[in-house]
Amino acid sequence: MKGWMGKSKALLLFTIITMFLAGCGKENLTALEPKGYGADKSMDLILLTTVIMIGVFLVVMLIYVIALIRFRKKKGQEDFIPKQVEGNHKLETIWTVIPILLVLIIAVPTVIATFDLADESQASEHINVEVTGNQYWWHFSYDGEEIVTSQDLYIPTGERVYLNMLSSDVIHSFWVPTIAGKMDVNPENVNTMFIEAHEEGVYWGKCAELCGPSHSLMDFKVIAVSPEEYDQWVSDMQNVDPEEVPADAVAQEGQELFEANSCMGCHAIGSSPAATGPNLTNFGDRSTVAGILEPTKENLVDWIMDPESIKPGNKMTGMYPSVSEEEANSIAEYLMQLKPSEITPESAGN
Amino acid sequence: MSIATTQKRGFGAVLWDYLTTVDHKKIGILYIIGGGFFFLLGGLEALLIRIQLIKPENDFISAGLYNEMITMHGTTMIFLAAMPILVGLMNYVMPLQIGARDVAFPFLNSLGFWLFFLGGILLNLSWFTGAPDAGWTNYAPLSVQSPGHGVDFYVMGLQLSGAGTLMGGINFIVTIVTMRAPGMTYMRMPLFSWTTLVTSILILFAFPALTVNLFLMMFDRMFGTAFFDIGLGGNSIIWQHLFWIFGHPEVYILILPAFGIFSEIIPTFAKKRLFGYTAMVFATFLIAFLGFMVWAHHMFTVGLGPVANSIFAVATMAIAVPTGIKIFNWLLTLWGGSITINSAMLWTLAFIPSFTIGGMTGVMLGSSVADYQYHDTYFVVAHFHYVIVGGVVFAILAAMHYWWPKMFGRILHEGMGKLAFWTFFIGFHLTFFIQHFLGLMGMPRRYWVFLENQGLDTGNLISTIGAFFMTFGVIVFLINIIYTAVKGEKAPADPWDARTLEWAIPSPPAHYNFKQLPLVRGLDPLWIEKTEGKGKMTPAEPVDEIHMPNGTILPFIMTLGFTIASYGFIYQVDHKGWLIAVYAGMAIALGCMLIRSLKDDHGYHITKEELEREAD
Repeated sequence: MKGWMGKSKALLLFTIITMFLAGCGKENLTALEPKGYGADKSMDLILLTTVIMIGVFLVVMLIYVIALIRFRKKKGQEDFIPKQVEGNHKLETIWTVIPILLVLIIAVPTVIATFDLADESQASEHINVEVTGNQYWWHFSYDGEEIVTSQDLYIPTGERVYLNMLSSDVIHSFWVPTIAGKMDVNPENVNTMFIEAHEEGVYWGKCAELCGPSHSLMDFKVIAVSPEEYDQWVSDMQNVDPEEVPADAVAQEGQELFEANSCMGCHAIGSSPAATGPNLTNFGDRSTVAGILEPTKENLVDWIMDPESIKPGNKMTGMYPSVSEEEANSIAEYLMQLKPSEITPESAGN
Repeated sequence: MSIATTQKRGFGAVLWDYLTTVDHKKIGILYIIGGGFFFLLGGLEALLIRIQLIKPENDFISAGLYNEMITMHGTTMIFLAAMPILVGLMNYVMPLQIGARDVAFPFLNSLGFWLFFLGGILLNLSWFTGAPDAGWTNYAPLSVQSPGHGVDFYVMGLQLSGAGTLMGGINFIVTIVTMRAPGMTYMRMPLFSWTTLVTSILILFAFPALTVNLFLMMFDRMFGTAFFDIGLGGNSIIWQHLFWIFGHPEVYILILPAFGIFSEIIPTFAKKRLFGYTAMVFATFLIAFLGFMVWAHHMFTVGLGPVANSIFAVATMAIAVPTGIKIFNWLLTLWGGSITINSAMLWTLAFIPSFTIGGMTGVMLGSSVADYQYHDTYFVVAHFHYVIVGGVVFAILAAMHYWWPKMFGRILHEGMGKLAFWTFFIGFHLTFFIQHFLGLMGMPRRYWVFLENQGLDTGNLISTIGAFFMTFGVIVFLINIIYTAVKGEKAPADPWDARTLEWAIPSPPAHYNFKQLPLVRGLDPLWIEKTEGKGKMTPAEPVDEIHMPNGTILPFIMTLGFTIASYGFIYQVDHKGWLIAVYAGMAIALGCMLIRSLKDDHGYHITKEELEREAD
């Protein structure tokens, strides 16, 4: 009877913790509602360790509270001198052995999961993306597909996507909490990790290694769509004609300004591998402007006029002659109509 | 006696006294004052950080300034506040606890303090021209590329104060090995002295890694080498390894003395000998040893591969075992005791649950795959504040209340002590508990702003409110110090009915500490004499002349030379004319060394007559 009570209490506690944790945070940003392979593995260990640790904490607190209540100095016993106990071998052995066992319970699944997530043996059978971290934006180049994007990374659900990551400047860290834990993006060696999303969605990604003044603004998105939609997106992206002249007159003017102001020196449209600045091929489909702002034309105009006020320390500031609001508007008009694919963040249920 | 004479002297005389002192007690107090000053500075920086994060997309401080703020907060709190205050306590208390008249190298002790203090001042002077902004961990290549001189100040400031710490460590080791009173065997040493010894050993082995790392960074930034420059064949990960080979033991350099402090306070106020003394000593050694084996758990996401990650994960978890032993031993010391709860004890009792939470999240972080989520988020921020504030700062405040009467002859006010405790304690948990969740909800650390609509608003607001509570607690503590200095209750030699040697001599002690060195008959020597003997220590020697070292201004001038040279090193990058400062500074420092080497200083003797004239 007592054992059953104990178990049900543990279960109740576990449920409360799970509910408390699950209720926390914004969907598709929080690590507490995992929707990907890596995040699941991490969450399993987070829960396992949390439950064990809360158990330990309760034992410590039980002894602590009883000791404080029972053995507080009492009135009339001011001269009482307690027995000077040296120690107790049996007790000391117990609280050495039990923690060792608890550590083993945590260590074994940790080691298994560590090797599991580092497994790169099947990388060649899956989609591979070259990820480049830059102050303060992300570059994605799909191996063998001639597709280059930035800020928004499209992946199919239910499939592993291997990311081969390198930084062009300082250390960054690639983190999409809801689908996978993070991995540093170093300037000297390619780090490989895989991500796998279980369901469609637009997942928030963040840079997790201090990389300069705008470190906190280096957000990106992972857009998980169904495999069919993903194939559609790939073929749309492969059929982009970077030279295409837009139908709209303002946008046409924007395109000319884009070329005249040497924007193309850094920003490629199409699958050019050049990556001085973010690739703009599918800019009109982007979920954000500059990784953080709502994808509106007004925000884009603000960005073109004065990027420094939005992302301090960015590398675009001062790289081009100043543009008038009208010119910025035309450029924005041109960029916002770059929508090569029907597959957009909305397709993932944004 | 000494208070009366101090009050009669003018400010200039007191200043000169402290500039030239080689007395371990005065140097200890200098360390505490210096560390306390930097603690307030670091606290102010923390408050500004929390105000910036009170609401989403706040523009209270700019992005660049924010990065300077977090860098200086971390660097100041670790290197210039927590560690110096602990070194100050060790300096003051350890020689008294082992029955010594001073540390082994009083000159070196003074030099160590001035190096720390002027190094800290040098680092903080960077505020006028642009502070370091690459985080307290100063990772390359961000730090190498950081414009301006901020990171140069970081490198030179920490190099100076690190040299001071290293000297302190060596000094303590020699003192404990060679200067224990008759009968004070190793296994009769109080736990605080034990942790001082083990901490000093950690300093001895850990700081050289930092020194080397700072030199590499200095050469890269000032003399065009390329240790961390990938373009020229360098490797920036080297910085991380060297930093954490130092940095992880550094955590234990901070927490072991804290353990020592609690191991003194709990037996005193539970009226009971420390439970499992031998186990406590061995657990201390084990923690120190394992502390060197786990540095790469700060680097789980660097991409070291599954083998390295697994090894360091398991080694990290193993530290939980000796730490657990300590927690249970403290609990069992309380068990069966007769517990008095005052301010010192409140901080101590608050430490147990707070630190246990910090230790438990430490094990959780040690699980490498779980760490892929925690790493570099507010979860980590929460974890290390639970350990460093809940462990080290609580220990420092407990120690202040506990040893204040010994150091200054007055007892800190209890009412204000309790008010400061409760506000700080509540504020601490308000600030940091919620941060565990903020981290898992997707908030990385070192974020200047967090965006709207990310579910992070409430947590950050609560956290900032907590910071105000903590600030209030610190202010009350400061008022308490002033109040106590003016009209605090006078303290007898042994106000707490305590157990160790420092309580066998007057509060504050005479400058020679012990008129006659005491004979130690066991663990808790004073307690033994009080319960089984005559109530006071038996002398181990007749009253005789005491040999004391002379005060000297050389350490201060020598350090001034090093500081001037550091300034020169920093600015010679802009203009070679600054090399004059390098040469002049080094000439001053080396000149002082020459004087010190050539001039014989035999110290002085306190005569028997003088000693007999002074009352017990």
